[in-house]
Amino acid sequence: MKRIFFVLSTLSLLGLLQWGVTTLLLDGPIRQGPYYYQILILAGINIVLAVSLNLTNGIAGQFSIGHAGFFAVGAYMAASVSYYAGPAIRGLVGFLPLAGQDAAVLLLALAAAALATALAGLLVGIPSLRLRGDYLAIVTLGFGEIIRVLILNIDAVGGARGFSGIPKLSNFFWVYLLVAAVIATVGNLLRSSYGRAFIAIRENEIAAQAMGIDVTRHKVLAFVISSMFAGMAGCLFGHYTMYLHTNSFTFVKSFEIIIMIAIGGLGSIEGAVLGAVLLTVLPEAFRGFESYRMIIYSLALILIMIYRPQGILGQASVLKRLGARMAARRSAQGNVPVTAPAADGGNGG
Amino acid sequence: MALLRLQNATIRFGGLLAVKDLCFAIEEGELFGLIGPNGAGKTTVFNMITGVYSPTSGAILFDGKPIHGKAPHVIAASGIARTFQNIRLFTSMSVLENVLVSAHMRSSQGVLASVFRGPAFHREETAHREEAMRLLALFQLDKLADEAASSLPYGSQRRLEIARALATKPRLLLLDEPAAGMNPQEAADLMRLIRRIRDEFKVSILLVEHNMKVVMGVCERIQVVVHGEGIAMGAPAEIRKDAKVIEAYLGRE
Amino acid sequence: MESFLQQLINGISLGSIYALVALGYTMVYGVLRLINFAHGDVYMLGAYFGFYLSRILQGRTPYHLLDAALVMFLSMLGCAICGLLMERFAYRPVRRASRLTMLIIAIGLSLLIENAGQLIFGANPKFFPQLIPESHIKLGGLMLTNQQVIVLLTAVTLMILLNLFIYRSRTGKAMRAVSFNMDAAKLMGIDTDRIIALTFALGSALAAAGGILVSINIPGIDPLMGVMTGLKAFVAAVLGGIGNIFGAVLGGLILGLAEVMVAGYGSSTYRDAIAFLILIVILLFKPAGLLGKGAVEKV
Repeated sequence: MKRIFFVLSTLSLLGLLQWGVTTLLLDGPIRQGPYYYQILILAGINIVLAVSLNLTNGIAGQFSIGHAGFFAVGAYMAASVSYYAGPAIRGLVGFLPLAGQDAAVLLLALAAAALATALAGLLVGIPSLRLRGDYLAIVTLGFGEIIRVLILNIDAVGGARGFSGIPKLSNFFWVYLLVAAVIATVGNLLRSSYGRAFIAIRENEIAAQAMGIDVTRHKVLAFVISSMFAGMAGCLFGHYTMYLHTNSFTFVKSFEIIIMIAIGGLGSIEGAVLGAVLLTVLPEAFRGFESYRMIIYSLALILIMIYRPQGILGQASVLKRLGARMAARRSAQGNVPVTAPAADGGNGG
Repeated sequence: MALLRLQNATIRFGGLLAVKDLCFAIEEGELFGLIGPNGAGKTTVFNMITGVYSPTSGAILFDGKPIHGKAPHVIAASGIARTFQNIRLFTSMSVLENVLVSAHMRSSQGVLASVFRGPAFHREETAHREEAMRLLALFQLDKLADEAASSLPYGSQRRLEIARALATKPRLLLLDEPAAGMNPQEAADLMRLIRRIRDEFKVSILLVEHNMKVVMGVCERIQVVVHGEGIAMGAPAEIRKDAKVIEAYLGRE
Repeated sequence: MESFLQQLINGISLGSIYALVALGYTMVYGVLRLINFAHGDVYMLGAYFGFYLSRILQGRTPYHLLDAALVMFLSMLGCAICGLLMERFAYRPVRRASRLTMLIIAIGLSLLIENAGQLIFGANPKFFPQLIPESHIKLGGLMLTNQQVIVLLTAVTLMILLNLFIYRSRTGKAMRAVSFNMDAAKLMGIDTDRIIALTFALGSALAAAGGILVSINIPGIDPLMGVMTGLKAFVAAVLGGIGNIFGAVLGGLILGLAEVMVAGYGSSTYRDAIAFLILIVILLFKPAGLLGKGAVEKV
């Protein structure tokens, strides 16, 4: 009951925001409104990419460097669905008002993107995650490049010309609905026994399997969920820009997503959100310093990794601290003594 | 029927014969010791039983069923838990979370249930937490439940490793040098704890240990391994008197 | 048949460049277990050092070959210094941190060099001066340029020298010890910091050589030229078995041949994908690479 209420209120809040953002930025008095609106959308897409990659890289501790490949698979898959099958879908749901038809097409495209990328995730994940070490990094890197070359050679999706004529179906509402979904999914998983299993694998694979955790299965699971959300982000991206070109999906994009989660703090959801927003907004603020931008980025990345490897927010996430405080309050009410201080700080070398 | 039985278990790493034709059996509820000089292959035996390595030849039967060559998590799920010689805790997790990890394989909640968090999810989560707290209380770690595992003193980390292994609800517990680095007082406490674990959890325990006082004091039967071969087996009193064992430990003359 | 032989020679020539760059990846991975993503950019720096040096030096000595050798040597030296700086200021401070941290720093360094390169050298391609006037050598029905021959000979010579160094010299032995087990090597009195620095210097020098040799054959150079070559050289290293010197050479040659053959007989658009396809297939069937040994983690 409570959850239904929560979901409904989130939906209506998003609806309200959508109305507000549209009237204010798109039809409204603010000069450059559409420009701000676009930044808002791109920030949302980057949040989905960063939070989802964080599940694999930060939480489960595996290193994927081909997230843009899944982003691309989702984008092209979804765009093909709405471009080629869109009219047919509209025909099927012709009894609905236009907005409803749009939603039906977009949802089907979204589902196709999710399915395709989950499958691609399985295909890439199973062989490479069986092995310990950097194999995932290597294979995802290769996957990203192969996908790009394949797309360039498929004429039905525009090849080197790019894919144009994609209907504009995505907007603030859909993007931030996906943002809410990815945060809820990754956040809830993190606070469940799956989350503990993922972290256990990151911390000590051998101990994790000795405690009965099927390490490969869990790595693949985390990776597939990551890929799926990247694919859905791709769907909303393509249906916002209405045009896709492989140049948006090179491994530079993959690296950019890694920078987002590294800056924000590997393993922290809020960190990933912060990193995604920073890396969307800062380049805009630095427009005109275009050539210095990437230099500043990369320098900042190196310095942060050297002097604050846990990122800006670090792993002690706000959510976790909040949870601990609530647990402490609960146990205080039950008259159980709150956590005693540690006996001493000795470490077990 | 023996709970665990090694039949001519042999493992070879390249040209090195690490364990050769080892045979022994552990009965239900038994405290069994595995000793031998450094490099005798004791930890290799552990790794073979728990599936980290597969034996090159021979068989390992758990509860009558062959387990050799199975994946470590499958063996853990069938009821064998272990600790590690060099402590392997999940360092960034809290003490409680470390123990909760072991409950994951028994969880009935799938991915979707964990995302949508229905009442069944919360029920199970609470049950696992309470269970884990009871276990921690037994090891006097309940007061430290929310501390980071890495912040615990050495002795407590060793105890936490045992608690975490027990949380998988094993029938056989493998302890790899639990007394390493402990002073005589801590070692004495550990001996009491090991007996208590056996009695309260109804598990068999296989103990690898260098501290002879602990092994002799706690184990009912002992297997001695030298250069990967079993050279003697028996009660502590017999082992103490065995000429081959004395030779292996002290050398000839 | 002749065109096949021609392709074969082109493939070996390209492969030897990949091999030179792959050696740096493999050596660094051997000692630090780090994929040094910035290595491809060092190769680019080598080409640019060569570009500027040859403007200064060309014609200063009586022989073209001497000019070229001087340019090559100084560029290698310059890149070795860059490698040392990278190691000292970016990697050494985090050597004890998680490998993820190092990997992210590697990505950061790579982006830094690429973008600083675009700012300093300009983003547009530059034309690498002809160090050695081109002449043609007829070999049966085959047409070779003297440049192709020089590139191939230089690459092979460098690889032989590296091999001698690693397997015959004391320092080379220390390097192998560090890559086998860093802690044990340290206990045996090996100055691991020095060995690691040296590994970076050597790898970078070889990359510089690769950068110049490639520019002799294909004279257009630009600040992003190291990206793809770097990736492919890395793939070559993994293909042969990362951490294995011979593996890097073998992987480089296979990759070079495969690419030239695909471009020659198949579609040139798939040229860039073939490297990664081979990689994935190899990893499926032989995860440690062609010559690599699977590492067993000690429990």
